Amino acid sequence: MSTQPAATAATSQATTGSAAQIQPAPDTSGTKISVATIWLDGCSGCHMSFLDMDERLVDLAQQIDIVYSPLVDSKELPEQVDVGIIEGSISNEEDLHKAKLFRERCKLLVSLGDCAVNGNVPAMRNPFKLEAVYERAYLENVNIHQQIPTQGVPALLQTVKPVHAVVDVDVFIPGCPPHADSIHYVLSELLAGRRPEPLRMTRFGA
Amino acid sequence: MPIIATQPSVRVVTLRIDGQDLSAREDETIIEVCRENKIPIPSLCWMEGLSVVGACRLCMVEVAGQNRLLAACATRVAEGMEITTNSEKLQRYRRTLVELLFAERNHVCSVCVSNGHCELQWLANTCGVDHVRMPYRNSGYAVDSTHEMFRVDHNRCVLCTRCVRVCDEIEGAHTWDVMGRGSDCQVITDLAKPWGESDTCTSCGKCVQVCPTGALVKQGTSVGEMVKDQHFLPILARRRSAR
Repeated sequence: MSTQPAATAATSQATTGSAAQIQPAPDTSGTKISVATIWLDGCSGCHMSFLDMDERLVDLAQQIDIVYSPLVDSKELPEQVDVGIIEGSISNEEDLHKAKLFRERCKLLVSLGDCAVNGNVPAMRNPFKLEAVYERAYLENVNIHQQIPTQGVPALLQTVKPVHAVVDVDVFIPGCPPHADSIHYVLSELLAGRRPEPLRMTRFGA
Repeated sequence: MPIIATQPSVRVVTLRIDGQDLSAREDETIIEVCRENKIPIPSLCWMEGLSVVGACRLCMVEVAGQNRLLAACATRVAEGMEITTNSEKLQRYRRTLVELLFAERNHVCSVCVSNGHCELQWLANTCGVDHVRMPYRNSGYAVDSTHEMFRVDHNRCVLCTRCVRVCDEIEGAHTWDVMGRGSDCQVITDLAKPWGESDTCTSCGKCVQVCPTGALVKQGTSVGEMVKDQHFLPILARRRSAR
């Protein structure tokens, strides 16, 4: 897999196109940057860290509009979003579908946290065969109603993948979870029309 | 009784590193001169006090007049040498090398006892690795916890062979060695016996301290608790060479 040329293209687009477009105009207070977030195969810790921006969220709310997220009520991802933020890895068919939908509809896509960036804990099942994973979870460790679910739940993919393995990603914020300061830094840089360098603030496992 | 330093008859050479005019003893390697002069070159297998293997290739530098890259740890300085340590090409190669290390085994930093004290993590940040562009290999490796004090997790091993060298050269036990090729390559104790059954291991723990990652750790440590102390190595190495 080589997402590099595509990612670079997206990157240059982001610096010249999207990032310029998402630059806020303080005097025209009617236009806010739209942000969508989603929680795929992760623990929601990254969203908790997002909330840990605490009082900074008040200022942020003046500049961004969260249009779709586990943190808000809306059930549908709008057709056009400025910034999409993905927490969690791609572990099942639903994750895959949602990641593709986010890429389609978001001008700039951010991988938030180690699960999205490198697979992290969800990907620890990868050295095992999928059948063995199912058996372990639904048969071996269960006392009553042992069964492998087939209905009403999305099928697991053979291996857990980071988000950039299935769609192009523009910004990576490693960390488990990334500190609220790191998330605030990235959002502030994007709002200022600059390209963030998250490694100044965070790292794998931070 | 103090050890009296004998004056060795080594010559001094002058060279230029990243545009900086420097002088060095002719028996020094490029990486030693860079470390003395605070010129940062990433490295993994090299360690002051151990022999040189030039295995990780992270310290590769460009030398004027050479049509290939040279490992700074395995190249002696020479008069008039012109060295570039941080060109765009070198940065690209180093980033790729670190990414390949992450893709090869299962370094799950968030649940590692060495989280926050790991040289591989630090290298990822200094080389700009915010994600790994290659697919992960996803092969599982063994964890050997048979030793009463230490543990080896091959999922986190980068095959730098520091453990092998410190055990042989400093402790003199040669418990550690290397077995297999390619992705099957791994460090072993005695003749691939469980560590706890090793007849040669003195349980000195030097291998644990020099290991750059969470591959060799103390038992009973939790996430981020394994802080290593490598200060003993240059001291022991100097005493040994002064004998």
